[in-house]
Amino acid sequence: MPLDHIVSILPELNKAFFETLYMVGISLTVSIIVGLPLGILLFVTDRGLFLEQILVKNVVGFIVNLVRSVPFIILLVALIPFTNWLVGTTIGPTAASVALSVAAIPFFARVVETSIREIDKGVIEAAIAVGATPWMIIREVLLPEARPGIIQGATLTLISLIAYSAMAGIVGGGGVGDLAIRYGYYRYDNTIMFTTIIVLVLLVQVIQLAGDIFSKIVDKR
Amino acid sequence: MIVKGHVEGLGERGDAMIRVENLVKEYKTKKGIIIGVDHVNVTIEKGEVFGIVGYSGAGKSSFIRCLNLLETPSNGEIYIDGVGLTSLSKQELRAARLKIGMIFQHFYLISAKTVAENIAFALKAANHPRKEINDRVHELLEMVGLADKAEVYPAQLSGGQKQRVGIARALANNPSVLLCDEATSALDPSTTKSILKLLKKINKELGITIVLITHEMEVVKEICDRVAVMQDGKFVEEGPVYEVFAHPQEELTKHFISSVLQFDLPAAIVEHCAGTIVKIQFKGAVAGEGVISDMLQQFNVKGNFLHGKIEYIQDIPLGIFIMELQGSSSAVADAISYLEKRTEQVEVIRDAA
Repeated sequence: MPLDHIVSILPELNKAFFETLYMVGISLTVSIIVGLPLGILLFVTDRGLFLEQILVKNVVGFIVNLVRSVPFIILLVALIPFTNWLVGTTIGPTAASVALSVAAIPFFARVVETSIREIDKGVIEAAIAVGATPWMIIREVLLPEARPGIIQGATLTLISLIAYSAMAGIVGGGGVGDLAIRYGYYRYDNTIMFTTIIVLVLLVQVIQLAGDIFSKIVDKR
Repeated sequence: MIVKGHVEGLGERGDAMIRVENLVKEYKTKKGIIIGVDHVNVTIEKGEVFGIVGYSGAGKSSFIRCLNLLETPSNGEIYIDGVGLTSLSKQELRAARLKIGMIFQHFYLISAKTVAENIAFALKAANHPRKEINDRVHELLEMVGLADKAEVYPAQLSGGQKQRVGIARALANNPSVLLCDEATSALDPSTTKSILKLLKKINKELGITIVLITHEMEVVKEICDRVAVMQDGKFVEEGPVYEVFAHPQEELTKHFISSVLQFDLPAAIVEHCAGTIVKIQFKGAVAGEGVISDMLQQFNVKGNFLHGKIEYIQDIPLGIFIMELQGSSSAVADAISYLEKRTEQVEVIRDAA
């Protein structure tokens, strides 16, 4: 009986799964494109570093903290006008991706900053002593040295995004989490709820494993 | 050959490669101002190997890091090959740094890059064309003896090999100065020897001026031409290495030298000796003249060696012997005055009379 029930829900589960991948994929991409430079900026403009700009550092740091301190579910609602302006709609997975991206950018930026901070300052100094330009130091020292940490951070961001995406149902974003809430919470359908939980657990496990392997491959320390 | 000695009248700068004027480096901390370097003046000649010794906290690291402006001096001027570094723009400073190589105690290689890529990094900083970079990298690896390690990552290298990569990187752009920040302090004694040998070779063959800081007098003895002893941010003593070893002035200097020329007689030995115990120091050519055997033949005394060592500092012998002299008190006194005449220093450690 439960098996039949699962089979009957499969098309919907399949759709929800790809909605999750869609939302999470878009927001991860955006958070890397915007968050990576921001994270680098947060590091290199800090006191005592080669592009020291305390004002820039403080302003960017403040904005990052500001966004991070808003609970996601509130951010999702608060961003509705912005989302409408940006993508022309306030419902559906694309609309949900906007809020997810906005939440993920500062998160990933901090992750990048922390990974770079772990690099021995001496390696950066050695590059300065050799006469390297700031751009060379960023591209050929900071990024390669922080790569394992950044990959771990991207994995972490991705997994957090999957968790956040469960709230996307608020704006009709769909996805696996939304499915779980609709069937499991509103209709007391435990079979569907546990099925979605298993799907999410497997997804997270696979992502974490892939992230670990990838990070290890690039780690030459 | 090493060019030595400041030649007067050859214009203002003579053969100076590095000129430091009134260098002050202060650090502002919560507890107040800490002085790292305190009004240091020094001129280092072209082709010289200049060593700075001192305990940790003496300011030697601050000093050497000021030489390529890794630390910005609080006051004073630094001239490298005639160029005043403190007045340069960021861009000019980067160009100047291409000609000032630096190696570090902990090597500081880029761990995500292969040995060849680490060296290529320095060449890219100088905007070398890609084609030339490859050739130059291999030339440099050849020079430091790591030709077979080009595609290896630093983590797979030993400490000595990592330092060789550091040296290759520092030399990539044909610098005129090489700064060594405790370059051998993390290495074992035999690796230290081989790295020092390599530095000496670089100094002789490429004529690169070397400034090194260390807490090991052994390193100074091995390769330096001149040495400065640093304490509380100041150079408390400075001179040619042989002179400093033979005639140390300051207590601190003597202390450092004792790590190389250590003469502690066990108390039991001293008690067993009936005669007068003297410490004799020979300098340079005298060490080979057989002063002791002359003395023993001329005077009616018996000599008994208790301790002794001849160190070769820049191939010049410096000998120190402790011996017991037995005989009539007048014969011993005559023998001692004879020794005083022929050697540098005679010190009576214990008088039997």
